[in-house]
Amino acid sequence: MTVFRYASDQSLMVYLGETIDLATHRRVLKLLRMLEAEPIPGVRNLHPAYHSLLIVFDPLDQDHANIERTVAGYIDRLESIDLPAPRVVEIPVRYDGPDLNDLAALHHITPERVVELHSSASYIVYFVGFVPGFAYLGGLPPELATPRLETPRKRVPKGSVAIGGTHTGVYPFETPGGWRLIGKTTVEIFDPASQELSRLAIGDVVKFIPVP
Amino acid sequence: MFSTVQDLGRYGYGPLGVSPSGAADPIALRVGNLLVGNVESAAALEMTLLGGSFLFPDGGVVALAGSDFGPSIDGAPVPMWTACELRPGQTLRTGPTRSGARCYLCVRGGISVKLLLGSASTHILTGLGGFEGRPLKKNDVLQIGGATVTQPRTIRPEVLAQIAPRKILRATDGPQTDWFSPESVDRFYAGAYTVTEESNRMGLRLEGPALETPHSGHMISEGVSLGAIQVPAGGKPIILFVEQQTTGGYPKIANIISADLPSVGQLRPRDEVRFEHVRPEAARAAIREQETLLRALFA
Repeated sequence: MTVFRYASDQSLMVYLGETIDLATHRRVLKLLRMLEAEPIPGVRNLHPAYHSLLIVFDPLDQDHANIERTVAGYIDRLESIDLPAPRVVEIPVRYDGPDLNDLAALHHITPERVVELHSSASYIVYFVGFVPGFAYLGGLPPELATPRLETPRKRVPKGSVAIGGTHTGVYPFETPGGWRLIGKTTVEIFDPASQELSRLAIGDVVKFIPVP
Repeated sequence: MFSTVQDLGRYGYGPLGVSPSGAADPIALRVGNLLVGNVESAAALEMTLLGGSFLFPDGGVVALAGSDFGPSIDGAPVPMWTACELRPGQTLRTGPTRSGARCYLCVRGGISVKLLLGSASTHILTGLGGFEGRPLKKNDVLQIGGATVTQPRTIRPEVLAQIAPRKILRATDGPQTDWFSPESVDRFYAGAYTVTEESNRMGLRLEGPALETPHSGHMISEGVSLGAIQVPAGGKPIILFVEQQTTGGYPKIANIISADLPSVGQLRPRDEVRFEHVRPEAARAAIREQETLLRALFA
């Protein structure tokens, strides 16, 4: 179920599945761990996502065929890799976002019910992308799925907790954004001065804890 | 003035969503550094379009590399691509550009800033790295480092001409090229595109022949490589650049070859740009040839 694609003259795309699902996610995570544990010389960056992993390399030092051969060998060993139990990260949230009431009204429920649904779910970090520390979370209760804003905001406050389509996440920096803002956390999601750099990493389980 | 501290970027943090950032025209930064006797990856100042005015209270040795920003020291013009000395108290003036978008002020010893994840590069959107995570303002004071590896050098101008920026950018297929109809791909390579004002280190939005949006623009987000040409709803291509998002959900019709990425760093709004399709083997040969030329650059 693996497909390799030439993505550019300095990158190779590996597709490990066809849809967004936990089994595919675990394959992506396992391959990432293997590439971190047994790095391929000349590889400069790894970009895991929902069902794929982009391998960026130095074109003077490496080539697609060689990387594909090595990765195919790693993929043969995926089944034998055990992943550790996921780290559980709790994010305290003040549920007072500017879009909370509108979102509740769209779904014909109360804002309190939105908070209850959002904070009772357990989320998995499919990957971190977009900006440093922005975690793409799976597991949003379907009752809360809401289309993005028609007009994205030019500036979303740092720490905003948001819902966009079938996804939810936290904006680690003030950036443009089109998701609906339901709350805010004061936790520093991406802290370059910290050991772990990002509070949220691929494979983590996330719980949102309402705080007053 | 839009000047930021850059080096060759920070690699290896993709899983955390950190894009490499670094010089938009890395060839110019590398050559400028080698001219003043630095390692090629030393931190320098990337100036965009307007340049600036810089007082050197303790003097220094500098080289300007990239587009012609008409540099002068205390009002006397100095040549580009040449190590020049400033005596204590002299002022270097640069800009506006007389050619492309960017010029690198390389200082002997490098520009000294606190490294973030091993790099001095500024990532402007998130305010990470470089000098306080931002473009320079009037009265900012930068420190010059002390790390040099050789004496200042001179280049061979005939070799320089061979690595000059291009306006026809070579591109290979990308991961979703086959999502586009052959007519769309032909239109892309036949068309003349213009760089719009909505262009920066994250990406260059192009105006020109619209392309179709395959699959109504629905795509599962995946990692994006540097120089990818993505086509969002509306059909106008965007060249993703050094501060791009690490992952994205729009189909990509092509990818600019590594050898031509520095040329992207010299494109200005209103510049016309065209694309030329090349096969992987040609892309590979081009980057190797460019590297050979770079090594032959110094007398």
